[in-house]
Amino acid sequence: MTATTSLAVRAKDPAALRRLLTAPAAGPLAALILASVFFSLSTEQFLSGGNFSLVLQQVMVVGTLAIGQTLIILTAGIDLSCGAVMAFGGILIAKTAVEGPLPPLLAIALGILACGAFGLANGLLVRAVPLPPFIVTLGMLNVAFALTHIYSAEETVTGLPEPLTFLGRTFPLGRTDVTYGSLVTIALFLGFAYALSSTAWGRHVYALGNSSESARLSGIRVNRLTVGVYAIAGLVYGIAALLLVSRTGVGDPQAGQTDNLDSITAVVLGGTSLFGGRGTVLGTFVGVLIVGIFRNGLQLMGVSSVYQTLVTGVLVILAVTVDQLSRKGTR
Amino acid sequence: MSRRARPVLAVGALALALSLTACGSGSGGGAQSGGKIKVGLITKTDTNPYFVKVRQGAEQAAKTSGVELTTAAGKFDGDNTSQVTALENMVASGVKGVLITPNDSKAIVPAIAKARAKGVMVIALDTPPEPQSAVDALFATDNVKAGELIGAYAKAAMGGKPAKIATLDLAPGVSVGVQRHEGFTKGFGVAASDPSIVCSQDTGGDQAKGQTAMENCLQKAPDINLVYAINEPAALGAYTAIKAKGREKDVMIVAIDGGCTGVQAVKDGKIAATSQQYPLKMAQDGVKAIVSFAKSGDKASGYTDTGVQLITDKPQAGSESKDSGFGRENCWG
Repeated sequence: MTATTSLAVRAKDPAALRRLLTAPAAGPLAALILASVFFSLSTEQFLSGGNFSLVLQQVMVVGTLAIGQTLIILTAGIDLSCGAVMAFGGILIAKTAVEGPLPPLLAIALGILACGAFGLANGLLVRAVPLPPFIVTLGMLNVAFALTHIYSAEETVTGLPEPLTFLGRTFPLGRTDVTYGSLVTIALFLGFAYALSSTAWGRHVYALGNSSESARLSGIRVNRLTVGVYAIAGLVYGIAALLLVSRTGVGDPQAGQTDNLDSITAVVLGGTSLFGGRGTVLGTFVGVLIVGIFRNGLQLMGVSSVYQTLVTGVLVILAVTVDQLSRKGTR
Repeated sequence: MSRRARPVLAVGALALALSLTACGSGSGGGAQSGGKIKVGLITKTDTNPYFVKVRQGAEQAAKTSGVELTTAAGKFDGDNTSQVTALENMVASGVKGVLITPNDSKAIVPAIAKARAKGVMVIALDTPPEPQSAVDALFATDNVKAGELIGAYAKAAMGGKPAKIATLDLAPGVSVGVQRHEGFTKGFGVAASDPSIVCSQDTGGDQAKGQTAMENCLQKAPDINLVYAINEPAALGAYTAIKAKGREKDVMIVAIDGGCTGVQAVKDGKIAATSQQYPLKMAQDGVKAIVSFAKSGDKASGYTDTGVQLITDKPQAGSESKDSGFGRENCWG
């Protein structure tokens, strides 16, 4: 099916076809569409607006984390601390709002800024010492995890005030219910897609990821840029923390423990290269949806969760294989 | 075809192939099972043998009742988010009822409320949510009683000798661990802060961590002569540590769970006694309750004790017990 359409397009405009196929997100998008078609045929509940809205709601937290992760991976870095930092932000928001002393909106601001501070610390360590991002964020993962558990005393925080759960609420759109938080996630994806593709900052991020040294020689202040990217990613994790709290309706110290790997999975599935400088944030969105749709679709079919994990694993290996093969092609 | 196009198409084709494979390896039927009743089961993790047994129990009951069972699990002990997602997906797929073993007793409550609002009956297995009224019914072991049984046994077996106790616990704030610990101290007849409890460590119910914890306890208080372990893996870890010190003859270990490895350890004399619980029955009763709800509309309610039995080969007067032979016939894992 795909082959015939591609051939038809090629006949008309070879350049357009090449652009389409070489776009990093083309493969993932094809996988997403095929999977959706398959699930629509095999379960009666898959193809409903309500179900798609549910998937969006389920992926909004990891999706938002994956935006920050994409930025960092584009600079040829990696962030293992994102889930733990988010969990800290979430528990900070929930606890300061429920037990005081802060009004809910200030608690939210504090949580987001605290995550930003973690990001800033990551960035400074990566550049100032300098240390490999893998090591810095591995350390920060443990620091954030421990602080979360110390601060929360292992207690789940319940009874959250309304402003904290607002984003988890739904509003009717046509015949389905959409969560406000999904809109925040989509807006963030669109915002960062624009910033990366159409601003000088975005071009600098790609340049840095391709070659830090060339970027420096061409006048980009690489240290400031890197630290900024990690700090911005941290702030994005803070927003993810708010989404997490609003989605589950509690402050959960156990949250986010596998979200670092889940976000990397989404970034890789979305066609972003782990070696930096190549990829898009919209590709990541597709990657996030692939994971969410496979999990949802297989669950609707009654397939148990180990198979969902199996499928995700195979998809990740395929995605990296595609990245490697297409790199060879450009050499 | 351009060179770049090939991998793209390959991914698409493989994804499709994968989807088909996944379909083939699923529990069969899929969604086109017509009017079949659907039942969901969400366990804490996929890997713990205890929950494997819960799943088998549910599968057996689903087979005999002719209903379709969907299973899911958290990625790790304590993973609430995956359980919420699985619950939502099951409700979307039209299940009549869900059996759930909450990873976080409090955090799961809003998601359960949403499912129940859509007419789905929710039964907690093994672990109650907080508050327990968040679910329609609870089918579980009485963990306090399980602790009391081995506490009372240990008291009798010590025969008046002064006890130096190490407790190898689960994790802070997890109700199962807290209840078992409380049961043990109650059964043994000591206060929680009694000076005879010389060492308390968390193990997560893990054998390797149980061993490390016991090694540290023996460093701290070499004269420990009684070990309470949250479960048998932790107890076996403790045994390894104790044996390394050559003290396996004069330190008594008691545990809770009644898994097959644990019962074997009772038979081998590594563990003096264990309280056995019955996950298979828990899950079977749960599935039956949902089937009956689907057919008659009657919801199960309240707490159903699925039983606990003291297993030991060295019975003590005053403690009713069964031997390891009985334990092996009824063990899980």
